[in-house]
Amino acid sequence: MSNVINEQATEHAHHDHHHPAKGFKRWLYTTNHKDIGSLYLIFSLTMFLIGGAMAMVIRAELFQPGLQLVDPHFFNQMTTVHGLIMVFGAVMPAFTGLANWMVPMMIGAPDMALPRMNNWSFWILPFAFLILLASLLMPGGGPAFGWTFYAPLSTTYSNDNTALFVFAVHIMGISSIMGAINVIVTIVNLRAPGMTWMKLPLFVWTWLITAFLLIAVMPVLAGAVTMVLTDKYFATSFFDAAGGGDPVMFQHIFWFFGHPEVYIMILPAFGIISTIVPTFSRKKLFGYASMVYATSSIALLSFIVWAHHMFTTGMPVAGELFFMYATMLISVPTGVKVFNWVATMWRGSISFEIPMMFAIAFIVLFTLGGFSGLMLAITPADFQYHDTYFVVAHFHYVLVTGAVFSIMAGAYYWLPKWTGNMYNETLAKWHFWLSLVSVNVLFFPMHFVGLAGMPRRIPDYALQFADFNAIISIGGFAFGLSQLLFVLVVFKCARGGEKAPAKVWDGAEGLEWEVDSPAPYHTFETPPEIK
Amino acid sequence: MGKLRYTLWLILVALPQLALANSQFNMRKGVTDISNNVYELHMTIFIICCVIGIIVFAVMFWALIHHRKSKGAKPAQFHESTKVEILWTAIPFVILIAMAIPATKTLIAMEDASKADITIKVTGSQWKWHYEYMGEDIAFYSILATPKDQIDNQAEKTEHYLLEVDKPLVLPINKKVRFLMTSDDVIHSWWVPDFAVKKDANPGFINEAWTRINEPGMYRGQCAELCGKDHGFMPVVVEALPEDEFATWLADAKQAKEQAAAADAALLDQTLSKDELVVLGEQVYMASCAACHQPTGMGLPGVFPALKGSPIVLGDVNDHIDIVLHGKPGTAMQAFDKQLSIKQLAAVITYKRNAWGNNTGDVIQPSQIQAAIDAAAEAN
Repeated sequence: MSNVINEQATEHAHHDHHHPAKGFKRWLYTTNHKDIGSLYLIFSLTMFLIGGAMAMVIRAELFQPGLQLVDPHFFNQMTTVHGLIMVFGAVMPAFTGLANWMVPMMIGAPDMALPRMNNWSFWILPFAFLILLASLLMPGGGPAFGWTFYAPLSTTYSNDNTALFVFAVHIMGISSIMGAINVIVTIVNLRAPGMTWMKLPLFVWTWLITAFLLIAVMPVLAGAVTMVLTDKYFATSFFDAAGGGDPVMFQHIFWFFGHPEVYIMILPAFGIISTIVPTFSRKKLFGYASMVYATSSIALLSFIVWAHHMFTTGMPVAGELFFMYATMLISVPTGVKVFNWVATMWRGSISFEIPMMFAIAFIVLFTLGGFSGLMLAITPADFQYHDTYFVVAHFHYVLVTGAVFSIMAGAYYWLPKWTGNMYNETLAKWHFWLSLVSVNVLFFPMHFVGLAGMPRRIPDYALQFADFNAIISIGGFAFGLSQLLFVLVVFKCARGGEKAPAKVWDGAEGLEWEVDSPAPYHTFETPPEIK
Repeated sequence: MGKLRYTLWLILVALPQLALANSQFNMRKGVTDISNNVYELHMTIFIICCVIGIIVFAVMFWALIHHRKSKGAKPAQFHESTKVEILWTAIPFVILIAMAIPATKTLIAMEDASKADITIKVTGSQWKWHYEYMGEDIAFYSILATPKDQIDNQAEKTEHYLLEVDKPLVLPINKKVRFLMTSDDVIHSWWVPDFAVKKDANPGFINEAWTRINEPGMYRGQCAELCGKDHGFMPVVVEALPEDEFATWLADAKQAKEQAAAADAALLDQTLSKDELVVLGEQVYMASCAACHQPTGMGLPGVFPALKGSPIVLGDVNDHIDIVLHGKPGTAMQAFDKQLSIKQLAAVITYKRNAWGNNTGDVIQPSQIQAAIDAAAEAN
């Protein structure tokens, strides 16, 4: 592959006139996958901080029993918008940003296949979130019905923020679908010669599968919000029993989207971890093929487990049994993944750079979230866990120490490639260790209060939960503040630092390490040959 | 190596302490056979997860410690093994089947609400529970009893803060009690951890659940489904009595109901003073109206309308009585004709028409309320 580098160098000189425009127009008009990737990532980090600030409001109110800071209606708006922003504004755009940056470089493509659509799919996003955030300022406030917007709380019993919420979700959905189409078209059509399916880096594989999930379920979400809209404003009765509808049907439709959505937020994470662990173990990924099959099985199973979010809604016992068995089944391919990562490390030559630290934390803590997920699958026990802090602990382990940690791991792993500079190791270490400790102080005791009977989404609680809630809040503030260190690391890294070589990590494999650091504005205009 | 063994030992000793039932840390065993089964299932799956986790992470940390580059570890070349991969797919599968069997048994028992001794219809509404003893002609609302001062940190919080109600649901022990759950507005979820019963109350549909309580006592739970602003303030309290005491309670409740009816009838001929009505009306308002319309009568703009200066409150008395009695369909405004007595209704309407600068001077008598109720019944 060494001829690739030479080709790149000549290509680069040849295309000097293709350098980006200056100023704001560069970013507004850009069709370059690296620019758009950066936009997505910066946007996601901004949303992460805004959503995090809302979490701080929640934790401040819950620091002590009694109502201190906010009224319950505003508290509900905070939990709702925190969830929406973190899911649709922070985690999903971060993965799309990583896909934009890395997928073309990993498969030897010059850019995404549909660059103009790429521009559009990013630039409609800020407006979606402006609409969502602006709804907080309208009379009666923003969405207060939970990010799951169960009818009829979101229809008959909501104020007019529902209309803005629906519009914002539609825009987010359009953006996601366009992004997903772009990823699929790019991977199917723009692989370099010789890049056969079973040579694809796992991050590309997991994103390909994720993109199919997105295309399958985002329209379902669009359908759900549209029905909510027409129920509220156009006298339909999809979810209103008085007109022949059924509020539980809303939950079936929502979770038919919602469960695959969970995997949309974790499959790319699996890809990132499967990239980082071999690099710093200096050993090939164990069980590449079984990783691909496991990811596909998880994706397929994700379509037949949705009602495990709804065990208490009053399902026939046969339905409960089916969804319990199907859900338990997911732990098999997920287990295979964890075993494969451990086997990759086994008898490797391991070193502990920051991306690897985050990856190891991911494996342990994501697995913890997986265990509580398995517990939640046991229907009789779920009746006790459901809608308590046990569930809150579960999905934050999967989404924060899972998805978010993998994004952090990926960001540290590829930052030198993006900026051409090494990040500040000392600050990064502080960021890692502070995050690791505080995230567990934050989320681990939630298991206890949940088991002891504290429901989720309440602004005030009984006295026996007070001690743990104080600890949880302290962990929350510490974790929130620690993330400012991450912002500082990224900012400093973008500004300067020790120069990074083309192959930043000695154990790394893949085409992205064959191009200079920082990656030139245009890469692989002539496709590389893969042996 | 000594360190590792010590840590493992510590975990094995510490875990059962953490996992003690009825502690602050763990699920309650509860007071029914079912809740005990659920607790056992919970502990079984928890221990299985712990064992798997300890094995997997012991292997991983062994590698992290011994296969470090800084220790001069050279990477091995293997990257697949069909044998191992089949093994670690098959073993979890077998464990899952072993787990599914007891779970299935318990679930089937939980969902069999047949042959019940008594049936209670549980209706959720924003933000209170209504209990109806089917066939016994007893029904009442159960509302949070924690004073607002405690919630607002103006008074010291007492032991059962937020888990206390004015009238608990009273049930007999050793009887199979069937619950029929429904809702008047949004989705609520009726949950008592000690019974392992959590079932959604869906508007327009009826769900079934059951319990058989083994020990007398007070059992406390909460609404478990986000149901709007005061979701955190609608507790469930069940008082379980021995069978004979339950029979006495039931007889007393029936007698009290007859007395209340007689008192209402006597009210029809009386004229109550404005002062008496306003004093009572303020109490009723704070308990039943202030959650939405606020103690100040200002409402929450965009969500709940203000009563201060409201055209309905300042307008025709009959329209005002009508909306309080029958609610406003398609909004959060509930019908209060079944929730409050005619005296309470007269008082609260009088209060609203004279509070916060709504100086209409109107005084509404219980007989007017009764007339409106009769007229509505006739119209139907």
